[in-house]
Amino acid sequence: MLKRLTALAATLIVAAGTAYADPIAGGRANVVIQPEPPSLMLGLVQNGPTQMVAGNIYESLLRYDENLEPLPQLAKSWEISEDGLTYTFHLFDNVKWHDGEAFSADDVVFSADVFLRETHTRLRSTLEHVESITAPDANTVVFKLKEPFGPFIGVFEGGTMPIVPKHIYEGTDYKTNPANNHPIGTGPFKFVEWVKGSHILLTKNEDYYIDGLPYLDEIYWHVIPDAASRAVAYETGVIDILPGGSVENFDVSRLTAMDNSCVTDKGWEFIGPLSWMWLNNREGPTADKRFRQAVMYAMDREFAKDALWNGLGKVAQSPVSSSTRFYSDDINKYDYNPEKAKELLAEMGYDGTPVRLLPLPYGETWQRWAEAIKQNLEEVGIKVEMVASDVAGWNQKISEWDYDMAFTYLYQYGDPALGVARTYISSNIGKGSPWNNVEGYENAKVDELFDKAAVAVTKEERQTLYTEAQQILTDDVPVAWLLELGFPTIYRCNVKDLVTTAIGINDGFRDAYIEEK
Amino acid sequence: MLRFIALRLVKAAIILIAIVTLNFFLIHAAPGDPAAVMAGEAGAADELFLQQLREQFGLDQPLLTQLWLYLVGVVQLDLGFSYRQQMPVAELIGARLPATLLLTGTAFVISIVFGTLAGVMASARVGKWSDTLISTTALLFYATPLYWVALMAVLLFSVQFNWLPGFGYETVGGNYEGFARVLDIAKHLVLPATTLGLFFMAVYMRMTRASMLEVSTLDFVKTARAKGLKKSVIQRRHIFRNAMLPVLTLAGLQAGQLVGGAVLTETVFAWPGIGRLMFEALAQRDYNVLLGVFFVSAAMVLLFNLITDILYRVVDPRIRAS
Repeated sequence: MLKRLTALAATLIVAAGTAYADPIAGGRANVVIQPEPPSLMLGLVQNGPTQMVAGNIYESLLRYDENLEPLPQLAKSWEISEDGLTYTFHLFDNVKWHDGEAFSADDVVFSADVFLRETHTRLRSTLEHVESITAPDANTVVFKLKEPFGPFIGVFEGGTMPIVPKHIYEGTDYKTNPANNHPIGTGPFKFVEWVKGSHILLTKNEDYYIDGLPYLDEIYWHVIPDAASRAVAYETGVIDILPGGSVENFDVSRLTAMDNSCVTDKGWEFIGPLSWMWLNNREGPTADKRFRQAVMYAMDREFAKDALWNGLGKVAQSPVSSSTRFYSDDINKYDYNPEKAKELLAEMGYDGTPVRLLPLPYGETWQRWAEAIKQNLEEVGIKVEMVASDVAGWNQKISEWDYDMAFTYLYQYGDPALGVARTYISSNIGKGSPWNNVEGYENAKVDELFDKAAVAVTKEERQTLYTEAQQILTDDVPVAWLLELGFPTIYRCNVKDLVTTAIGINDGFRDAYIEEK
Repeated sequence: MLRFIALRLVKAAIILIAIVTLNFFLIHAAPGDPAAVMAGEAGAADELFLQQLREQFGLDQPLLTQLWLYLVGVVQLDLGFSYRQQMPVAELIGARLPATLLLTGTAFVISIVFGTLAGVMASARVGKWSDTLISTTALLFYATPLYWVALMAVLLFSVQFNWLPGFGYETVGGNYEGFARVLDIAKHLVLPATTLGLFFMAVYMRMTRASMLEVSTLDFVKTARAKGLKKSVIQRRHIFRNAMLPVLTLAGLQAGQLVGGAVLTETVFAWPGIGRLMFEALAQRDYNVLLGVFFVSAAMVLLFNLITDILYRVVDPRIRAS
């Protein structure tokens, strides 16, 4: 039923998109932001809610379509040299910062080479492949690499390389700069006010460098802490747009059944959220490969997808999400097969040692999911103890390797070298972070494959290497993959062109417009 | 009297320092710290990043040094800085205080006025059907979980009938000014304040009823009756005044909590108050904000306890003599 509903909504969007050609300028979008972001300075903080709001204030050089092909943003065109070592970007020449200062290539060099190197962990490790960043003239930026780095064209996205104003930040202490409370970017919307605990207001950037854009006059981001109240806010018409994940999944069908209500699960292709359970490879039953495989067979993931996620998303077969480059279908797949799981457990001589399961404390859906998995595992004879925790405690337990099985989901950023390798390479083992190789998986062959694939020049070469890595990983099962998550964005059908890129709502308001009902 | 107040103030200061110290250790005993939470949210973090954050937050120093620095700050009325929100804690609390006081204050007035009134009415008609009705309703309010009442109120008055806004402090983006704004805020206030007030209303009602009935059996009431005074006069002048002491105690307790906010009500109704600030700070391990809210609420509880004690002496002269 829901699938049909989603499909119907999707056709409606397509139909509407072709029927009306001229976007209408004006209007206000009321959007939920959940949770309230800690800061809107995208160069310092890149978590989900920060990027969702600030992705409309700050920009990077490129955006990406749903197949992850680059689109222009601050760069109107670009070339990559034959040897894959030189990336040249030609910038729009009429760009202004929100405070009226002119934007130039110097800002890009400062952001990438100075500011973000200090503040942005994820970009910092990518920049290790970069030899130099230079601005030969005011509208040109050149990145020279030390060696070819396949995923490099994918790092010019707003959350990965946000361009910050040099004239405000150069020579200051970035973290305490007063401008952090009044972000200045080049994006289609300007920051106006943030009433903590209530709302954030952005208004149209009249001087935006693309004529006619954006269409909307203002965006109100509403902070509503209770999931049920967020659903009510949409029902009562206060809110027009519920970004993915902002209401509990069991409310989705009720909200999409309303008049003039549309839903899409697009817009997450770039980050490609993939969920799995960490399995502690160091000790306990989970240290045995057969036990880990048994877990994969024991889980009814199709059921979880349909019952808990409204049929959105996909069962994850591989460490690489199917929307990420270099996904391979030629791997060991695990279907729901409790008998097989029991056989594997018998073969290893599982003695009934209980395993501790740590759910993700992100709301009701995740709690129920953990209960469903617990039931699946108990059906094949695995004893499970649930461990209760809040977000901070969950962080700490995973960072300190104090768990047997633990729910999580991570982003893939479009390329295995950016978002997949980090979970499985042995050089990334270390206490203190919940996002590295937390399971403690060590395999020299896998290390080598990921290393080679990152710097291989041709796509074919990279595909061969990543396919082999995926084959080994799906046999070893270092973690138990669950779903490629599908987050439904719910909105009034007369809001058009909201999700048009792989980055979704995070930079979607540039092109969005509201049509008369 | 002055000596009494001075003594109590000294005691209060000592208790306050003890509370701050205790809270400090309690908070630090919880797993995780603000740096780890922020790193966790960023979705990518390495040791260097965590190190930087901890240094910036001062978390790399020994626990006792941190406590000492905090206490020195508190004595100078400096509640510290929230690195997460990039604002001084005092400013954060100050920004949330009006919304919270409006909500808890309104609920306070609603509960005390209607609760006492209902209690007096019930006691005057003890055993009759109206007494049963009032008492049962009060019991219902007393026993129903607050968040459930809140959600049902939203469903009924906001979703179903569309009479009242279901959440928020005012219409965001409404740009109302002057009287229109007051009216707008008042509309938003109705549901949360009533919800929050219901529980205490029930408590006041039961307390007043019991106290009134107890006093009405005392000898001086009999004397008043024997003198031939009118029933309403006895109710008002003899019974009610003497029955007020326990109600005052309760009011003192409730008043102490005014500043602490109401986590559940504020969360369900998206009311931008202190309760939510505290709850979010707890989830984020934002130590300074949490300690700041605890400090302010503890100070208020102590202050209102003192005020209640002084009021006792005003209301009942016998206490002054002892």
